[in-house]
Parts: sequence; structure tokens; C-alpha cells
Amino acid sequence: MATTETTTRLLTTSKAIAEAIGQEMEADDRVFVMGEDIGAYGGIFGATEGLLERFGPERIMDTPISETGFIGAAVGAAVSGMRPIAELMFVDFFGVCMDQIYNHMAKIHYESGGNIAVPMVITTAIGGGYSDGAQHSQTLYGTFAHLPGMKVVVPSTPYDAKGLMTAAIRDDNPVLYMFHKGIMGLGWMTPNPRATGPVPQEAYTVPIGEADVKRAGSDVTIVTVSLMVHRALDAAEQLAADGIEAEVLDLRSLVPLDRDAIVESVRKTRRLLVVDEDYRSFGMSGEVMATAIEGAFDYLDAPPARLALPDVPIPYSRPMEQYVLPQTDGIVEAARTLVRG
Amino acid sequence: MPDNEVLRAMHHQMVRIRLFEETLVEVYAEGKSPAFDIAAGPVPGEMHLAAGQEPVAAGVCHHLRPTDAVTATHRPHHQALAHGVDMRLLAAEIFGKETGLGRGKGGHMHLFSREPAFGCSGIIAEGIPTAVGHALAFKKQGRDDIAVAFFGEGAANQGAFHEALNLAGLWQLPVVFVCEDNTWAISVPKDQATAIEDNSKRAAAYGMPGRYVAGNDPVAIWEAAGEAVGRARRGEGPTLLEVETDRLLGHFQGDPQVYRSPEVIAELERRDALARFERRLLDDGVLDEDAVTRVREEARAEVDAAIEFARTSPYPAPESALDHVFA
Repeated sequence: MATTETTTRLLTTSKAIAEAIGQEMEADDRVFVMGEDIGAYGGIFGATEGLLERFGPERIMDTPISETGFIGAAVGAAVSGMRPIAELMFVDFFGVCMDQIYNHMAKIHYESGGNIAVPMVITTAIGGGYSDGAQHSQTLYGTFAHLPGMKVVVPSTPYDAKGLMTAAIRDDNPVLYMFHKGIMGLGWMTPNPRATGPVPQEAYTVPIGEADVKRAGSDVTIVTVSLMVHRALDAAEQLAADGIEAEVLDLRSLVPLDRDAIVESVRKTRRLLVVDEDYRSFGMSGEVMATAIEGAFDYLDAPPARLALPDVPIPYSRPMEQYVLPQTDGIVEAARTLVRG
Repeated sequence: MPDNEVLRAMHHQMVRIRLFEETLVEVYAEGKSPAFDIAAGPVPGEMHLAAGQEPVAAGVCHHLRPTDAVTATHRPHHQALAHGVDMRLLAAEIFGKETGLGRGKGGHMHLFSREPAFGCSGIIAEGIPTAVGHALAFKKQGRDDIAVAFFGEGAANQGAFHEALNLAGLWQLPVVFVCEDNTWAISVPKDQATAIEDNSKRAAAYGMPGRYVAGNDPVAIWEAAGEAVGRARRGEGPTLLEVETDRLLGHFQGDPQVYRSPEVIAELERRDALARFERRLLDDGVLDEDAVTRVREEARAEVDAAIEFARTSPYPAPESALDHVFA
């Protein structure tokens, strides 16, 4: 991938995603988008902003509030030679359409013995921190990653978001593309400087399944995804002032999971902290810790640690919500405890 | 009215489907006595057979071409065969063999074929949205292929049915919805589960024509389906057909059928659509006894060859279970 300063601009994550979709739609007639409020509104979180004007309502299709209907239609269209993108407005809504996702989208290729591919993308918004309550704040990536047959992509930066979206659209498999509301750079969310970043103008891909060291360090590995990468980087800066060099490993996708990168980093730093905005039990944090134990047990200087949502629904009231979500201060404290005891 | 060639073709189709299903009754029972063990024998697992429902498959699928997409249900053999899925590959999949449609990974409720374009779902009503998607793709691609979604009358009370019909009506897609009304959603009869008598009337809510076809009659079904398929192919939008039919066997093999009396079952056998259709073709001189015998012999040979192919095919290597999760 060639990038030059002249073609790289600062973009918000939402604009980076919309740019990737637009470029793939230009390049490939089979690509189209379906979802609620993805047309004139541009997607509630801006992932399709400006695309209706460019591609028209035949390819940027506002749908009724019928997630089973249109996600199922995306499955059928994918089997019949299209490359649909379907937006599930909030991941929390998966309960009204999960059958199409895990019993159909994710299983048809396997059940057909590899004869039928389902090349489609589901985009969906994840995450809390802005008092949207228990039904609009979850991340749930662990739920989807638990079920075989779909790739699960969870970007953290505008650059990765564009490259991973391009890769997702070009992938012959179903991809669940989960963007955190807090990384999109939306004017109506709490400002997040890390939600804007350099993005090459031309199309490029970021391989799905490769973790990325967002900050190199020697004392402790912090493994995380999405908005928690931003929190971990903030924490790493504080830790550095304290003489602790944290390595921040951004998984970027949970399926495939880059286990080698986890093991390699933990062997180097000898300490692991997992930061997970999903529920604590039976999820990403446990999987990452198990991976480290399987692959780097003899290297560990301390038991792996994790920060995750306690196993409660996400409360509305701000003091309670902020208490259950992993925060920068908590990451600093947990990392320091791992290193200094 | 279909011409004699069509009548004979539909008869042949119904005979081969019936023989296939009847043969599976026997094959499925192998190894399952004296004690019934669902996991035992050459064909394990649940087995939902469609004996009695042949008119729906034969009458509708006669209008289709291999590039038309058909989605079916947990009871899919009749539609798979009528749409042209190779009986040997179908049988091999049911036996869980490497040579099956899905290399043994799908099983009898999860059959997929590229051409003829066929898929099914074991989840009630959830194959219907997929058909809408096939139709959407065909419209976008400028093809005059259509999609047909088969489902039971029980599925018409699922949300997926209503969402899918609304989308198809809204977007005027080339799809035909075919509701097989065999009265019984496992054990619950239609009148205990559905607020109106005919699901076909629900078409009005989604801006499409709806029609109830009574009598489990392949000719009436062929005529109604011909109109619906024609509308779809001409780009005139979707249709909902509800077709009265009979499930001669239990919901699955081994179903004690405590929910319907021996008298009810005897009545179903008395009005068997295949026997009635055959009698009519004989009476009308469309077929003679020799021709019926030839059709039966031909179907017998085809079914025997398919079962033999399935029996003698190798099982998949156990570790091949790890393949094909991703493309």
C-alpha cells in the first residue's frame, strides 16, 4: 500500500468508513447498502454519510424497521452474487434478528460443504459511556466471536477503520464490522481526539486477523480493542511518566484472533492486562488470558489481569455507568499493580 | 389447463418424490428397532418427510428454471427434487456421506445447491427473507429469474414471514411465496394458531395478490403458480399463494401422532392426492396402466440407484469437520 502526504488527510472514523464503502461501491457494482436511516440521514453514526447522493436509493437502501427481513435479504442477495452491506443500527438490537446472523449468514457456507459463499458485511454500532442505558450501550463482540462462521472486526482508529472496511467488503466471508460510537468522531459525542486521524485517500486494505502494536513497550502488555485502545494509550502515557513502559496491542479483530501476536507480546513483557468493554465472564478477556497461558505460561512474571464490565446490565445513571466501564485510571492502576506488585 | 405432457411430467415428479420418501421411511427405520434410537441406523437425526405434499412441489416447480432460487424448510425433499436437485447427491447428504450436497455437513434440513439454486432452513419462516434477498439480487442484476419461498402454514405466524412479505411488496420483487397449509404445525392445528382462516388474505397487508388453492390438486396449483411465476418474471411483483395439502406421515418419523385420531389419518390416506391424480389421468386417457407401470419402474430404479449411491459412498474424514467454516 502506497501512501503519500499529499493523499493523506485527517478524517474522523465515520468519514473513513463511509469513504471505504463509497470507494468499493465505485469499484464493484455488486456492493450495496441496506439499513435503517442509512440514506438521507447517512447512518445514525455517520457510516454512510454522503453515499445516497452519490449512488442513489437503488444502492443505498433505507429499509423498514425489519432487521430479520433485510439482514435475511442480504444473506440471500450475497448467495445470489451480490456483496451487500447491512447495518444493524445498534448491536443491542441483535435479539430481533440473530437467527439470520448466526443460523444463516454464518452457517450456510459450512452446511453447503463449501459450495455456497456468503460475502456480506454487517455494520453495527457498539459501546457505551454516554448514558444510553442497558439496551443501547453494549459491545457484545464476545457474543458474536463465540459463534463460528463470521469474522468479527472491531477497529479503533480512522486508518484501521477504512482499511478494515475495504477488506471486509472484499472478503468472501460474512464479516461483522463493529464500530464503537465513541471512536466515530461524532459532533454529538464526548470529544475524542483519537477519533480523528490520518487516512490515505486511495483505497487500501488492513488485513483482517492481524493485531497491531499501537504502542511498543517492555514492561506490560495491554491487550484490548476499539475505544479501550484509546483508553489504554492514555493510560500508557501516564504509566510512562511513572517509568512503566506499556505495550498496547490492538487486536483489531476477534475472529480471526491473532493469537501469535498476543503470545509474542506477552513473552516479551512477561505481564498481561486485558481491557475489555464487554461483559467479564465467558468473553474476550478470558479468551485472551487463556491464549497467553497456553502460549506463554513459562514467561509470565505475574498472573494475567483483566478489566471488564462486571456481569451486570449497563446502568443508566452516570456515576454507576462510569463505575462499571473500564476507565483510564483503572488501567493505570491495574498495570502498575502488575508491574510493581 | 396444463396439456397432457405437463400432466404426465407432474405425475412422474409426484411418483418419484413419493417413492423417495417412502423408501426413506424404510431406510430410516433400519437400526432403530426394537428400541427407537434417533441416532441409530444409516440415517440418524430427525427426518421430516413430505409424502402427501407432492402436488405443491410438482405444481410450482414445473414453472421454474435451474437459475430460479428456491428456499425451503425442515421438510424440503419434495421441493429439492422437483426443482432438479440430483437425487443421488440429496440421498448422500441425508446419509451423511462425503458425496452429499454439503459433504455431509448439512443433513436433511440443510440442503444447498448452486444450480439448481436451492437452499433450506430448519428454522421456521427464516428461509423466507433469504428468498427475498435472492429476488432482490436478480432485480439488481437485471435477470428475469425469480425466487420461490416455500414454508408451512405455521410459519405464517412468525415475524420473519411478515417482515419478508412487506419488503417484497415494498420493493416489488420477483418472488412467489408458497404457504403449504397441511393443517398441522407439529401437533397444533391451524385453527388453534391462526387468527384468520386463510393466510393468503394476509397478502393484502403487503400490497400483493393472495390466493388460496384448495384441494391439494396439482392442476390447480400449477395454474395458480403459473400466474404468480409469470407476474414475478414479468417484473409485476410478488404473490402469496396458500396451498391446501396433506401431511400423510407424522411431523417426523417416530412421531406418535397422538394429536390426530386414526380416523383423521385414514381420511388423509383415503384422499391421497397422488392416487387421485393418477386415477384422473387414467380416466381421462392421459395415461394408461402400462404408462403408470413404466413411470413407477423408472422412479423405482432412480430411487434405488440414489440410495445405493448413498449407501456405498464413503463417510467424510472426521477431521474434515474442521474445513469450510470460512471460504
